[in-house]
Amino acid sequence: MNANHTNKQRRQFLKVSAAAGGGLIFGFNFMACESKPALAEFLPPEHQMPEVWKEMNGFVKIGDNGVVTIMSPNPEIGQNVKTAMPMIVAEELDVDWDNVIVEQAPLDTEKYQRQIAGGSQSIRFGWNGLRQTGAKIRHVLIAAAAKQLDVPVEELSTDKGIISHAASGRSLGYGEVAADAVTIEIPEEVPVKDPKDFTIIGQSKKNVDGFDIVQGKPLFGLDVKKEGMLIAMITHPPAFGMKIKSLDDSKAKGMPGIKDVIRINVEPEGWNPQWSDVNSYPEVVAIVGNTTWEVMQAKKELNIQWETETPAENTTDHFTTLAELIKTSKGEVARHDGDVDKAFADAETIVEKTYSAPFLAHNTMEPMNFFANVTADKAELLGPIQTPMFLEGTLEGVLGIPKENISIMMTRMGGGFGRRLYGHFGTEAALISQKMNAPVKLIYTREDDMTQGTYRPAYMVTYKAGLDTEGNLTAFEIKGAGIPGSPVFANRYPAGAVENYRVENYNVPTNISTGAWRAPRSNFIATAEQSFLDEIAEAAGKDPIDFRLELFEKAKTNPVGEENDYDAERYAGVLKLVKEKAGWSPTGKGSGRGVSAYYCHNSYVAQVLDVEMDGDTPKVKKVHCAVDCGIVVNPGSAKNQIEGGIVDGIGHALYSAITFKNGVPQQSNFDSYKLIRHAESPDEIDVYFVDNGKDPTGLGEPSLPPIGAALANAVYDASGKRHYHQPFTVNQELLG
Amino acid sequence: MAKLSLSVNGNSVTVDVDPSTPILWVLRDHLELVGTKYGCGIAQCGACTIHLNGNAVRSCSVPVSSAEGKEITTIEGLSDDASHPVQQAWIAHDVPQCGYCQAGQIMTASALLKDNPSPSDSEISQAMNGNICRCGTYTRIHAAVKTAAKNS
Ligand code: FES
Ligand code: FES
Repeated sequence: MNANHTNKQRRQFLKVSAAAGGGLIFGFNFMACESKPALAEFLPPEHQMPEVWKEMNGFVKIGDNGVVTIMSPNPEIGQNVKTAMPMIVAEELDVDWDNVIVEQAPLDTEKYQRQIAGGSQSIRFGWNGLRQTGAKIRHVLIAAAAKQLDVPVEELSTDKGIISHAASGRSLGYGEVAADAVTIEIPEEVPVKDPKDFTIIGQSKKNVDGFDIVQGKPLFGLDVKKEGMLIAMITHPPAFGMKIKSLDDSKAKGMPGIKDVIRINVEPEGWNPQWSDVNSYPEVVAIVGNTTWEVMQAKKELNIQWETETPAENTTDHFTTLAELIKTSKGEVARHDGDVDKAFADAETIVEKTYSAPFLAHNTMEPMNFFANVTADKAELLGPIQTPMFLEGTLEGVLGIPKENISIMMTRMGGGFGRRLYGHFGTEAALISQKMNAPVKLIYTREDDMTQGTYRPAYMVTYKAGLDTEGNLTAFEIKGAGIPGSPVFANRYPAGAVENYRVENYNVPTNISTGAWRAPRSNFIATAEQSFLDEIAEAAGKDPIDFRLELFEKAKTNPVGEENDYDAERYAGVLKLVKEKAGWSPTGKGSGRGVSAYYCHNSYVAQVLDVEMDGDTPKVKKVHCAVDCGIVVNPGSAKNQIEGGIVDGIGHALYSAITFKNGVPQQSNFDSYKLIRHAESPDEIDVYFVDNGKDPTGLGEPSLPPIGAALANAVYDASGKRHYHQPFTVNQELLG
Repeated sequence: MAKLSLSVNGNSVTVDVDPSTPILWVLRDHLELVGTKYGCGIAQCGACTIHLNGNAVRSCSVPVSSAEGKEITTIEGLSDDASHPVQQAWIAHDVPQCGYCQAGQIMTASALLKDNPSPSDSEISQAMNGNICRCGTYTRIHAAVKTAAKNS
């Protein structure tokens, strides 16, 4: 069968009915002239369901009619692995992509590896395994066909799910040999395609959930509805450092639709904490009822007394503490090449600058939520989670139910950005369900979500550079501090490119919960580092791109130290590419142009950004972005990821912050926490991928970190004003 | 509680709810129309956008009582098969990343194009400014609105 065929027939029908009705049903002109895209061009695929499915392994099922189902193992948070991972299997399996149905796999630690959405690593780690999966199934299908046709395996070829024997002109569909193929032993390893023969990888394939998304189909955790399901919300302490002292729920309990108000603790005696168990409020109050609105109303009527457990923190103190530490104490030395102190003493020019950035909330558009149905001996969970395997480990200890009896299914997620690595909301849902003895969907309000983060830590870094009389970089020092943890990667650029180089790290503990936020540490340090390089290039009297390239040349031909965590040639490659594409000219100063380049998640990104100033307000006109992430599996969607990272990075550099007063987050919804909006995003983004045939690397994160510096450098070029403290548009006095 | 008669996507329905319940939660909890999303609850993000008598409104902040006698259209009512020109343009440009904000974006865009079939760039930016996309798909949304405008 052919899904396309069905689609064309439906399209025809639409056109006819439109004309016959004498009008245009949806108000568009079906007689459109050639220059307009055809209408109703994209209709949801209609796959004819087979009578029998053959399960080939954990990943692939083949129908007797040739339709193929490919499981997507990893959680989908918007990074579009649900399209890309099955594309890799389909490529090696050699099937027609139009004939593929993609399904989200549940958590299954036996069938799948690393079912995690994090670190931009799904494709990089999945690459070889997914290719082998497809190639092995193709191998047994061919072996089965060889038997049926009674010809040697070598005489058979495959194309789009058809196995052909050229000499006799005979052919068999995968669906016709699948039943036999499952009886053939799958070899340990089989050859894979030469990348130049790829027909699916490298082609833009549309998001497999695209039709469902634009039609508002129930895809997300928040959309889950099950028989007998109750709605739950939680109330957590108002300030970091506080816990529940006493609860008066008499009023709330009597309100319409309310079933119960309970206290739950996700860290009971004897539990077994997992990596993902980061949470400042182990004990919370849960309100359970029939409908969301009723529960929301009752939540307001809870009367809870809180008590202080650890001292409350203030943003105003945070930045003073960091500044004092860096200025007055020696940090933990993470790397020291040459003799930095002597080099500074000998330097002709010294430039020293300090950069900072506040805590950030993740603010996935879909707030935290989870469905759980826990019975005496079983737990069924369904919802948005980036780390289902850790959640399973936590639940085993907290619920006292063995792993075999816990099932976790991932819904499509309305954003992740690291927030859903930390699945305490899943544990909360399970505990509520267990206590209520009923299926429950837990929903966080936006306020609950924003004020109980695993926030991006607050950071500060001081850079110091020494230049000789020729403007060569002879000394470089980085002092990085964070609440908590230093943001500095000691072995990344410009380590290896400077003879005298030292990194010192400082850590300030906090009772505010923090965690990974899209491109952890890089999301701050890239902006600081690349802004500073711009400034020292200027002090050296050099073009900022040439200045960086000189350093890469040094790191390539005569590297300092052994452990340099980047490939100077690939790094320089993206910078040269963006230089050419943007038509960068060293004489174009003052036009509002900035450059930046960074390496993270195993990928290289360089950006040139054009800005126009309206008074003090920058408007980004255009971003040129060169990316080296090896083979690009799905170019259209890859470009979407790069664009998204750029918009997200510009927005957070300009507008966003979480601040604290006596431990209380001062922002709790989008009226006080500003995210970038449509009118503020760049008019145009051009993306250029390096075509080098190398195995694929990260894509969801790498375009975000450098863009803040491209923006800051462009703003300086346009206005003469440098920005050191994020968010750039906020009065820094508010941040202390 | 009160019995209210509503018209949703061309169908007459009766619900028995507290009349102050926002339309959003009536759609999601009582009518099982979950395409309309919750993002902020305070008319700041646009995830809950629906059409009320053809105008884009934030359903999280409009009590259901004020919808009586008016026509509610949700994302589910825009077309039966994703064939509305705005949905088509969204597919053509492969707009969604996580997809959570997109129903609201599409409802805002379709209301805009009904009133203003060929909006300028700045009219598009203004109209779409109330809809937040944390994934940062704005440039694609912008291009998709223009494509939809050409095809409307
Ligand atoms: S949920 Fe209504 S505007 Fe955000
Ligand atoms: S696509 Fe994720 S919030 Fe818009």
